[in-house]
Amino acid sequence: MITLLEARGICKRFGGLTALSDVSLTIRKGEVYGLIGPNGAGKTTFFNVLTGAYVPEAGELVFNGSELPLGKPHKVVEAGIARTFQNIRLFRDMTALENVMAGHHIRSRANPFSILLQTQHAKEEERLITERAFELLKYVGIERFADTISKNLSYGDQRRLEIARALATEPQLLALDEPAAGMNATETARLRELVQTIRHDGVTVLLIEHDVKLVMGLCDRLAVLDFGKKIAEDVPAEVQQSEAVIAAYLGGHATPKAGATA
Amino acid sequence: METLLQQTVNGLVVGSVYALIALGYTMVYGILGLINFAHGDVLMVGALVALEAIRLLQIYAPELGLVPTLLSGLSISVVVCMILGYTIERTAYRRLRNAPRLAPLITAIGVSFLLQTVAMIIWGRNYHTFPQLVSTQPLEPIAGVFITPVQIAILAVSATLMVALVLLVNKTRLGRAMRATAENHKVASLMGVDTNKIIAATFVIGSALAAVAGVMFSSNYGIAHYAMGFMPGLKAFTAAVLGGIGNLGGAMLGGLVLGLVESIGAGYIEDMSFGFLNSSYQDIFAFIILGIVLIFRPTGLLGERVADRA
Amino acid sequence: MNELALAIPWLGKRNPAAARWVVVALAVGAPLIAVLFGKTWVRILDFAMLYVMLAIGLNLVVGFAGLLDLGYIAFYAVGAYTFAFLASPHFELHLPFWMVLPLGAAFAALAGVILGLPTLRLRGDYLAIVTLGFGEIVRIFMNNLNHPINITNGPQGINMIDPLVLFGWDISKPLKVGDEITINSLFLYYYVFLAFVVLSVILVQRLQVSRVGRAWAAIRDDELAAKAIGINTRNMKLLAFSLGATFGGVAGGLFAAFQGFVSPESFSLMESIAVLTMIVFGGMGNLAGVIVGALALTALPEVLRHVAVPLQQAAFGQVLLDPEVLRMLLLSLAMIFMMLLRPAGLIPAYSRYSRPELVVGKEAGR
Repeated sequence: MITLLEARGICKRFGGLTALSDVSLTIRKGEVYGLIGPNGAGKTTFFNVLTGAYVPEAGELVFNGSELPLGKPHKVVEAGIARTFQNIRLFRDMTALENVMAGHHIRSRANPFSILLQTQHAKEEERLITERAFELLKYVGIERFADTISKNLSYGDQRRLEIARALATEPQLLALDEPAAGMNATETARLRELVQTIRHDGVTVLLIEHDVKLVMGLCDRLAVLDFGKKIAEDVPAEVQQSEAVIAAYLGGHATPKAGATA
Repeated sequence: METLLQQTVNGLVVGSVYALIALGYTMVYGILGLINFAHGDVLMVGALVALEAIRLLQIYAPELGLVPTLLSGLSISVVVCMILGYTIERTAYRRLRNAPRLAPLITAIGVSFLLQTVAMIIWGRNYHTFPQLVSTQPLEPIAGVFITPVQIAILAVSATLMVALVLLVNKTRLGRAMRATAENHKVASLMGVDTNKIIAATFVIGSALAAVAGVMFSSNYGIAHYAMGFMPGLKAFTAAVLGGIGNLGGAMLGGLVLGLVESIGAGYIEDMSFGFLNSSYQDIFAFIILGIVLIFRPTGLLGERVADRA
Repeated sequence: MNELALAIPWLGKRNPAAARWVVVALAVGAPLIAVLFGKTWVRILDFAMLYVMLAIGLNLVVGFAGLLDLGYIAFYAVGAYTFAFLASPHFELHLPFWMVLPLGAAFAALAGVILGLPTLRLRGDYLAIVTLGFGEIVRIFMNNLNHPINITNGPQGINMIDPLVLFGWDISKPLKVGDEITINSLFLYYYVFLAFVVLSVILVQRLQVSRVGRAWAAIRDDELAAKAIGINTRNMKLLAFSLGATFGGVAGGLFAAFQGFVSPESFSLMESIAVLTMIVFGGMGNLAGVIVGALALTALPEVLRHVAVPLQQAAFGQVLLDPEVLRMLLLSLAMIFMMLLRPAGLIPAYSRYSRPELVVGKEAGR
């Protein structure tokens, strides 16, 4: 059980509002880790701090044993953490394949000179990128849409595409922000399979979700945030019983109910 | 070389003209997020139309006194510019309200160009003499500072208009609607505000101010020219950004500050640069200030207020 | 692999030959035009080629990377004045063109980096204004740096600039082929310029269909998402900016050699806007489109000049609209109408890596 990511004492304030208060959590390699909590608890803020969109007022992040640069999104991706967005941010006017190929940017080497001169290396790399991108499309199951403009894909397929694009950056940790939002039961089940496949293939997954059934069934461990503080971090079964968690979601009643939603 | 005090006075005069123009920019930017490139050229149209009007009046109504002639010319040009501002918004900008950001900007550049071209066609390329109906003879110096009646008029008129605008925006229904639209179009229209009308009104008011600024400018310097709007327009935009775009107080403050910096700076630039630069570099002050503000404090001195483009 | 090839039919092929056909037409075009319309038109075509290079360069900045630069002509000025400084009687330097042209390009690229570093993170419209200011500052300096030390010779500019001498071959002199045929230097310049244009097209196409081009398209489409997949947006933007500047610098050097003199009035804001209009009109982001746009908007004013003046004389007995005015009128109307009616331009950029006219200017952080 190797620790992949350790967050220590993360604090984030926006003017007078404290979005995250001394949040510490540990994600182990190879697990599916869920981050849940009522709306406004600070889950997406934590994501944004993790991926460098925000700089925290205090705290640090240790990834793979080294300190993660704060506030520099491209360095975070370089280190091996990739994310998707709650409201899907694809390159809408590019095709599905092009989106995933763009994801390969950071792991490829060709510089402007070799591109201008069309060296053997550049050509070979371009071919590899195209193949790998197509493989990733197959991996998430949308290879038949390779040449389709991504804004024309269905909602569920767009989500998969975004995941494929994130995987193209060869991450060790994949952070998914509400991947099941807006999905019906079938799509959610397919998503669950995809996440399990991803985990099986060696990528650790961090997941924000509101769909409790999905979370309970999929995650190895959960952290619960409420008003910017972590109030629980444990396996799903324990978290479900925790009074603090129930109180946070339901506002003070200690009636545990499986499947209680935010 | 003139005293610091003299330069301060000059700077305030120029600055108040910049402030008037800046108000037009800042209102439009606050409500639409658009840099109305053509705004400076509305100023130019205002000056040239006033010129024509005054010429005609001097021929057909010579018994009218100096100041009434000026005021009549001014009124006509204000009306023309208001119509012009409305037309520009209606034909060129309204269709592009939901287009990606740069489309209206590029169109605005095109409109600016077009206005200059048409002015060139009508009035030719030459510099025209603008009748200086308010005297430019300096009055008795106070504390060693000379000021001319035209400068006093500029200060007085600008101050009055600025106060009037602030009252309009803060105390009237129209003003409230403008502020609401500036904050959030969709919500404002849900609250019953006819956003199209409000936006049109913003352009119309801004154009009126530009016309006045144009006439003041020409009265002060005695010339009018088809390309006269470009530099003042650009500088006024700088002033608006300096003060905080979308922020009326900011536009006024920015205008005054820019005017002061230009005036005082032009006086000392030769000393400061060891004789390398001289006052013909004056125009770059505005650009340099713009660059510095945008790089180090993009929200400006008083903070920006731009529409929430939900 | 089969299924990949089936899924993506265009795979492995470069951008289609549209740009190439245009180039072929151009190569054949010059002699044809000279025969039909006279040599002045070849001279116009020469200038058109320079504008094509500028359009290609600005297209990189605006069309590919989505950065609105309103002071682009400053890079042209840098290239031109560098050539003027290093190959004219002004400083008594007469360096060969293969030294001067790259130097001009390098200085232009440097100017691009200097301008870009502090400003590329500004949002679209602010960047536009700041670059406009930069263009004006360069022009004002060119116009005024003639005392206390005379660097640029002020408004008079620098003349008697050395012509292009390619490996001993002075192309400002007519070329004698055998006893019968003399090729006017205008043609020689034309083909040299055409060669540069072809080279530019090839280089830019290579960039477009590469990870760099994809990165630019990504930044243009959604900068936040581009950052989220690890693209170093600042460096990519700087790259686009300075590469675009380089094209401007090269074109500037060629311009100086061709025209023989440079003065600040060739580098006004109007010229920056003219080039912008060309790419907006022709089709932003699309190489063939911007080439056509540049040709059209360089040639059309000249056509009007030759047609409209006598026409007006005949109809009105005097010239109401002189050619300069006609050019401005044409450009401004072209800009406005294209933006209102057909923002994609004459030849829209089909979705190779997105349609830039749809996304140009989207702010970071929607």
